[in-house]
Order: sequence, then structure tokens, then C-alpha cells
Amino acid sequence: MHAIIKRDLRSYFNSPIAYVLIGLFVCIMSLFFVESLGEGIASFSSNFISSMSYLQLFIVPLLTMRSFAEEKKSGTEVLLLTSPVRLYQVVLGKFFAATLVFLIMTGVSLVFPLVLLIYGKPDGATLFSAYLGFLLLGMVFISVGIFASSLTENQIVAAIISFVSLFMLTSFSFIGSYVGGSFGTLMDKLSIINRYYEFYYGIIDITSIIFMLSFTAVFIFLTVRILERRRWSQG
Amino acid sequence: MIEVENLTKDYGTVKAIDDVSFTVDKGEIVGFLGPNGAGKSTTMNIITGFISSTSGTVRVAGYDILENPLEVKRRIGYLPEQPPLYPDMTVSEYLDFCSQLKKVPPREWRSQKRDIMELVKITHVSHRLIRNLSKGYRQRVGMAQALVGSPEVLILDEPTVGLDPKQIIEIRKLIKALGKKHTIILSSHILPEVSAVCDRVIIINKGKIVAVDTPENLSKSLSDFSRFTITVAGPADRVKDILQSVFGVKEVQVSGTHGEDETSFVVEADKDIDVRRPIFNKLASYGFPILELRSMNMTLEEIFLQLTTTEAKEVV
Repeated sequence: MHAIIKRDLRSYFNSPIAYVLIGLFVCIMSLFFVESLGEGIASFSSNFISSMSYLQLFIVPLLTMRSFAEEKKSGTEVLLLTSPVRLYQVVLGKFFAATLVFLIMTGVSLVFPLVLLIYGKPDGATLFSAYLGFLLLGMVFISVGIFASSLTENQIVAAIISFVSLFMLTSFSFIGSYVGGSFGTLMDKLSIINRYYEFYYGIIDITSIIFMLSFTAVFIFLTVRILERRRWSQG
Repeated sequence: MIEVENLTKDYGTVKAIDDVSFTVDKGEIVGFLGPNGAGKSTTMNIITGFISSTSGTVRVAGYDILENPLEVKRRIGYLPEQPPLYPDMTVSEYLDFCSQLKKVPPREWRSQKRDIMELVKITHVSHRLIRNLSKGYRQRVGMAQALVGSPEVLILDEPTVGLDPKQIIEIRKLIKALGKKHTIILSSHILPEVSAVCDRVIIINKGKIVAVDTPENLSKSLSDFSRFTITVAGPADRVKDILQSVFGVKEVQVSGTHGEDETSFVVEADKDIDVRRPIFNKLASYGFPILELRSMNMTLEEIFLQLTTTEAKEVV
């Protein structure tokens, strides 16, 4: 697993992809930063981080689109699947590599709250909680992205699938309130965005943490299943 | 070392391989021979655990590929048809990665890496990106990858495809040398290659095994008659009649004429009767001198064609 994390990280940073994505992210975030300053420091963290998470909706699919699609296309999948490594280790390796890039990206975005700390007094606790929620949400997104990448050998298709699925996932609560009734409540309960909102209002709820982590685990498990299934059907 | 039993792989209604069984002993080099699409790669992919069979079992060193995949994979080095290389890594980085995947102890790895790179002659390109290597070098890096961890079994899918003649000879030499320490299965559709390198040949066509034997035995057993080319100075028709009258000769065909009165024939004769002396005596008594007499054993190529085309006829 170590080897796979290292290799994937290298591939992210050997190609322009990680730099472009981090650059793009920071660039757009700085615009948001200036924007949200106008609304005062009190509401800063929630607004700022909420826009950060919407941005991830676009960035994570681009980050994860390569992970399995590329391996399949270049035939290197064979190496991973015929080595004495378990399938879940391969998937976890890829997941952690993408998560590390995501962490670096998030780390860079800490610059903005730091600037605030110099000039004002933002609420540290809310900020922490919002960042925690952001990280958990990022992990959910990445697991979905990796799952999408395991479905196809075309990176673009993988990116589109993960974008669409993420978009649907994040609009659960919206769909729920639109439909109403017991189905609506169910959707509302399952909505990761609702869970995520709790974090950025400063509520750290252990069930929400578990919910987000389980969501991630489910998609990692599904990815393993997809790879396993393909062994039975492909040539 | 490798036991394959009743292996079948269906793709929908198409059977890629159909009830394939064979065994490979320790230290053997076995060649998989067959036209494109015969099921060579499919069989290899199943043995290495990359894809699953529809039915049948594969055991390597006594371990079943389905029950104990990691034990099997630990013992196999696989070079697929398309070498699984990461273009964005250098040769050295790539081999390090493979050694970690295959769990080679870091202490052993340093000397092993040096040996492998020397063996396949890639030491001088070890710091170049794989992206920038030529096809021949990529194939060698792929070979190096299969050797990482010094697995007992090597499975090489068309190891010489796309190489120039000099490289092909080098790779064959390498495989021969590796055969002393490893059990090897290699596939090819190039016949001289298989007969040059392998101890045993498995001919496979349309997903079925059509013959398993040593290259020599295949040549012998499949020719029901011995064949000669003979060049005689004399009128073609006369000589042909004389040849046909020799006891044991089955068929005579003119294969070419040279100059004024020299004619070449292909003579097919009964396998158990040596017709060369009677032919000499008879032609000498008529005063037609033999200029050349050469026995023609069936080449593996002909056997291959014969086996795979008769099979095709049966199917049609």
C-alpha cells in the first residue's frame, strides 16, 4: 500500500495535474476570500469554507479521474492485479494518495484564515470544526471519484461520472425537500451536505463523523467490488 | 509446478478457451504456440490471476489460484503482451516500485536490482524515463519487472514481439539462460522461436489444445511419410516414371527445372522403408545421375499449419 501511495503521489506531482489543480484552487479561493471579507469576520469561516466545498465539486473529479482509468488504459493494471497485493490495498493506496494531495491543497488554503488571525479575531473553534467537516467531505468526494474512475478507462468519462454523482449526492437534501413525505425525510437524513453543514456551524457530532467515514468506506468497498467483478468478465 | 485442469473461459457465447488441461514441470520451458486469438493470452491471464476462469482449476506449486491467490502471485513473474510500464517513472524508480509491490526485502533488493539490470542489459538506461525508451528497451524493462523477486515461475506473453532480429536473439538467449533457474511458459506465434527455446510445445487453436510434445517428436510423429528432394539429370517424364516405380515411393512431384536437363522432384515415401538406395541403383542403371538427394523433415511450421488448418476444416 505504501508503494502505491508513493507512486501515485509521484505521478500527481510529476505531471502538471496536482500543480494546476492546487493553483486553480488557491486562485479561485483568493477571490472568494476577498468577497467574503466584505461580510465581516464573524460569518467568515462558514461562508468561506462553504464556497471551498462547492469548488471541490469540480476539483475532486479532476483529481481522481486518473487513478484507475489511467492504469487500465496503459495496461499497468495487470501489474497491480498480478502482484501479491490485496485488492483493497490497491484501492486504499490510491485513495490515500488522492487524499494527501487534497490535504496539501487544504493546507495551502489555511493561508487565508492565518491572514485573518493577524488582523482580527476569527472564531477558532468554528474554523476548526468547519475545516474538519471540509476534510471529511473531501474524503467522501474522493472515494466517489475513485469509484467512478474504476468504471471506465477514459479519464474524461470518469471525471464526468464523478461530477454528476457528486452533484446528485450533494443535492439529496434539496431533492428531499422538493419531494417531501417520508421519502423526503429519508433523503434528508442521508444527505451528506446536511451533515456537513453541522460542521460549519461549529457542531462536531460524532455520528456525523461516523456517517461521513462510513460513506467513504462504502465507496471504497464498491470500488473493490467493481475491480473484482471485472476480473470475471473481461479479457 | 503448474497444473492446469479443464480450464474454460466464456465470453458470453464465445469460448475463449475450452477445456484446456496441461502440466508444466519444475525447470521446464514450455512454449504456447497458436495463431492470434487462439487463447494464449487468456490462458496466461488466468494462470497469473489477472482474470478468472469460468470453470477449471489452476495450481502453482500446489496452491490454487482462487483459494490462495497471494501465494500463487508471489511465485509468478508475468510479462504481459503489453509490458505494464509507467511512462512517468525512470527505469530505476519503476523497478523499486515493483520490488515493493512484490515485497522483496529492501536488504536483498539492492544487489538483486543490480543483477537484474545487468542480466537484461538496462543498467545504462536506469535513470531515463520509461517514456523516452525505445520499444526494445521497454520490453527489457518489462522482462526485468517479471524477474523482480526472483519468482519460481516466469510467464512471458510474446516476449519478442516488435523487437529487431538482434534483440530477438538476445532475448531468446536470455530466456534459455533463465530456464536454468526458473520454470517458464512463453507464448509465441513465431515457430522457430519456440523450437529454438522450448523443451516442450503446446499447440493451441481456437481455445483448444491440439498437440503437446517436444519440438522433435512433433516433427517426427506428425509426418506419416518421409520426404526427399532429389535433383536428377535426365528427361523429367522418364525420371518421374522411374522414381514412381521404386518400391515404397508414394508420390513424386516435379518441383523445378534447372538448365537443360536437370529436374528437381519432391518424393514422398513410406516412413518405414528407406528408398534412397533403390532410387540410386535404379536411376544409375538407366544412366541418369543423381545430382542432389536431401531428406526433408517436416518443419514445425508445416506441422503447425497442418494441425491448425485441419482443425479449422473440422469446425467448418
